[in-house]
Order: sequence, then structure tokens, then C-alpha cells
Amino acid sequence: MEVPRRGRVREGLRGYGLIVGMWIRSTMTYRTSFFLAVFGNAAIQLLDFVAIWIMFQHVDALGGFSLPEIALLYGSCSASLGLADLLLGNTDRIGLRVRDGSLDTMLVRPVPLLAQVAADRFALRRLGRITQGLVVLGWAVSVLPVDWSAGKVLLVPVMIVAGAAIFGAVMVAGAAFQFVAGDAAEVQNSFTYGGNQMLQYPPTIFAKDLLRGVVFVVPLAFVNWLPALYILGRPDPLGLPGWVAFLSPLVAFTVFLPASLAWRAGVRSYRSTGS
Amino acid sequence: MRLYLAVAAGGFRRYATYGTATAAGVFTNTVFGFIVAYTYIALWDERPGLGGYDQAQALTFVWVSQSLLAAGALIGGGFQETFQERVRTGDIAVDLYRPADLQMWWLAADLGRAAFQLVGRGVVPLVAGALAFQLALPADPVRWLLFLVSVVLGLVVSFALRYLLGLAAFWLMDGAGINLMAQVVTIFFSGVLLPLTVFPGGFGELVRVLPWAAMLQVPMDVLLGKHSGAGSAAGALGFQAGWACVLLGAGRLLQSAATRKVVVQGG
Repeated sequence: MEVPRRGRVREGLRGYGLIVGMWIRSTMTYRTSFFLAVFGNAAIQLLDFVAIWIMFQHVDALGGFSLPEIALLYGSCSASLGLADLLLGNTDRIGLRVRDGSLDTMLVRPVPLLAQVAADRFALRRLGRITQGLVVLGWAVSVLPVDWSAGKVLLVPVMIVAGAAIFGAVMVAGAAFQFVAGDAAEVQNSFTYGGNQMLQYPPTIFAKDLLRGVVFVVPLAFVNWLPALYILGRPDPLGLPGWVAFLSPLVAFTVFLPASLAWRAGVRSYRSTGS
Repeated sequence: MRLYLAVAAGGFRRYATYGTATAAGVFTNTVFGFIVAYTYIALWDERPGLGGYDQAQALTFVWVSQSLLAAGALIGGGFQETFQERVRTGDIAVDLYRPADLQMWWLAADLGRAAFQLVGRGVVPLVAGALAFQLALPADPVRWLLFLVSVVLGLVVSFALRYLLGLAAFWLMDGAGINLMAQVVTIFFSGVLLPLTVFPGGFGELVRVLPWAAMLQVPMDVLLGKHSGAGSAAGALGFQAGWACVLLGAGRLLQSAATRKVVVQGG
């Protein structure tokens, strides 16, 4: 039965909403545990930033960047990843579901598979990371001596949403990879969490080849590096023109194309384990 | 003893079956190793000798840490989630009926798991790091042996702490929150984020005597020759053994309280 494209998207979102609602209700059964988890989630990230702060007890600058400048990088990619993680993060469980055969159950339900996989075990505690990222970002914005133009102000929210979309596309592509590779959630994590780890530091400290990789191959540099460099009025180490800072939304849109193609190929190649 | 060896072998084999997951883990540890290595180079360029390490030693810290993360369950994973699930479902009753000590049984299984991950996830990242960067790995076999002993003691301390988490399920029912909190503390206080020798002042002195220091910081310092000399090495290993005894003892106390609770509930 071929449902029109528009209808399928709406169906998907509706299904996603229903499953998410169910998981939120179930999470709230153990309310204390939930609040501990939100707090823990924010605390993991906070200690992460404390480690950077400790580094700055010993140095004035890292790769030529001051602490508030690094806080801008840190806060923005943390908020982006948190948002992507909240909405799509559990796609990395697909390898488990392929292995234990429970993906079959999902395939027979009248909700698009991607919506089900994305909403699988929806973890509201991930609000912790988003909040923490926004707090660090807020601090950075308030102390940075930036000459705020309209473009720069606009770039802050755009960078977070587009960054989340880029991370989201990587998550979908990673999930598609697991159809082929089996349980390989960690490969996906090394691009998302690893990318996040890298983007919190200034691009000046990494090798040029690595930078080319995250600009032209897996375009993680568009999550926050390029927009943030523009906001800070710093030159890009690869010598790209200033307007690339505004390309993030376009890049986010573009990377979803190969990601969704990979997803479809993955679903088509799926053979049940039969268990 | 034979029984516990068999349990450990079972733990080893169980994780050995997850081939793809292991390969993916190796990939992740290697990627993170590269990222952290570049940040350490920037940091040690700015402040040579920071924390008592030169740059090669700092980079060794990065790569050997990546090799130990999975084995020590330092960034999550391990047995405690399974244990908590068994408490929740009541399957733990089966474990209690076994003619084996509950704590020893799980220690054996966890050490088996760790042994696999030490080999399966430890060797490749370290080799990758050694090929790409100038590391300060010792040539002295005695120091490697001491390092290995220190790693095992670190694994026992890690187990003993996580056993307390597992037992907490008897009272909490859902362990997700407490596991996450424990993970936060472990990542920060073991030296995963930054060597504990870099932590400033009195706070630094405090974190270096907490049990988490026994999991990563102490084995790393043993490898890097910070405890050369018999007395100093014995002190480092003794520090780990001391925490292992204290925490295993605490586990036994909590375990007897927990098992009494099972009887009260009727299983």
C-alpha cells in the first residue's frame, strides 16, 4: 500500500509522538531515579567542562583560544549533540534489535521504522546535556568581548539547530551501517560523541588533514567550528571564506540526503535472524 | 577455585562472541585516543612538564588509558546492570542458591570479562597510538609486570565499587540513576578526563587518595615509572590492595543485609 509522501511523514511524526509519550510516562514511574538521571546527565557534562577549567588553571590559552572562547565552542556543540541525542539518539540501539530479532516486530507495525527506532526508549533525561550546554554557552556569550552584529546574533540559534541536524544525519547513517555491520553502535558513537569531543576544542590544535576530513567528508566542522570562528572574528585554519559560516543549515539539509538513502538501503538489505 | 576459574572463563567467552561490537569499540577508543592526544599536545606545548609528565608520558597516559577503559568499565558497562536486572526480576534467587559465594562468583565473571576486553580492546589502540605518536613506554619487563599487577588490582577495586551499585538494586529497584551518577564520579576521579596529578592544590591531593585513583591513575603511574624503587612500588600497590579490601568488605556487609531482605520478601 503506497501512502503519499506527505502522509507518510505525518504518520511517522504521529507514531514518533505516541511512542515518545509512552516512554515518558514509563520513565516517570520511577520519578526519583528520573531526576537523578537528568542531574547525572548534566553533571557528566559539567565535569567534562570542569576538566577544561582545570586545564586553564595551568595555561592562559589552548591553541591560542581563551577559556570563554572555548566555552562558546563547548556549549554550542554540547547543546547540538544533546538535542540530536534526545530526538534521535536511540537509533544506535538498532544493532541490538537486529541481533535479538525484535526488529521484526517493529517492521510489522504500521509506523515508519525510522520513527520507531528513533523513539525507541526515548530518554528525557538527555535534557540534562542540553541544559548544561546552554548554560555554558550563555556564560560564554555574556563574557566574550564580541562585537555583536545582527548576523552574529542570528548565527547562535542557527548553529545549534543546524548542528543538531548534522549530528542527527550522522546518527541515521550510523544506524543504517548497523544493518550491514551488526552491533556496531560504538562506530556511530565515535562520530557523534567523538566529534563532540573534538568540536569543544579549537580547530587550531588538530592536524590539517583531520580538519579537511570534518569539513569535506563528514561535515562536522559546520556544527559549530565554522559559525563560532565567524562569531569570534577568527580566521579559519583552512583559509575558507567567511560566508561558509552561514552554510550550516544548507549542509544539514544536504547530509540528510545520503543518510536517508543509506537508511533505505539498510532496511532493504535487512534479513531477519529468525530468532 | 576451579569453579571460579570456570566462571571467569565463561565471562571471557561471553564477551568474545561479540566480535563486531569489539571491533567497533576498538575503533571508538582509537578515534578518541587521537582527539585527546591532540588536546594534550596543545596543553603540554603550553605547559611542558605539567603534572610531572613530559609530553611523551602525557601521550602514553592517553593511549594506555584508552586501552584500559573497557576492561575497567571506567566509562560504563560491566556486570552491575545485569546484576540489578536479576535483582529486579527475582532471578538473583537462583544465584543465591548456588553452592558458591555470591560476591566471588560475580568477581570471577567480571574479571573474565575484563580479561577479554584488556586483550580485545586494549592492544590495537595502544599499537595505533605508538605508531602515530612518540610514547614513553618502558623497556623494563619488571615494570610491565608491576603494571599488570596494578591493573588487576585496579580491576578488583572497580568491581568492588560496582558490586555496591549492584546491591543497591535491592533497595532502589531501578538502577539507571545511581549507575549514571557513579559513572560521572568514576570518569572524573579516576583520571579518564585528565590525569589526577594535574588537579590543583588540596583538591588534587584529595582526589589522589580516593578509591577511583586506584583504577587508572595508579596503574598509569606504575607504568610511567613514577613509583620506581621497591618501596614506592609497594606503596602504590598497597594503596590499591587497601582500597580493594575495604570495598570488598563493605560489599560483604551490604550483601548480608541485602540477602536478609530477600528472605523477608520471600524471594
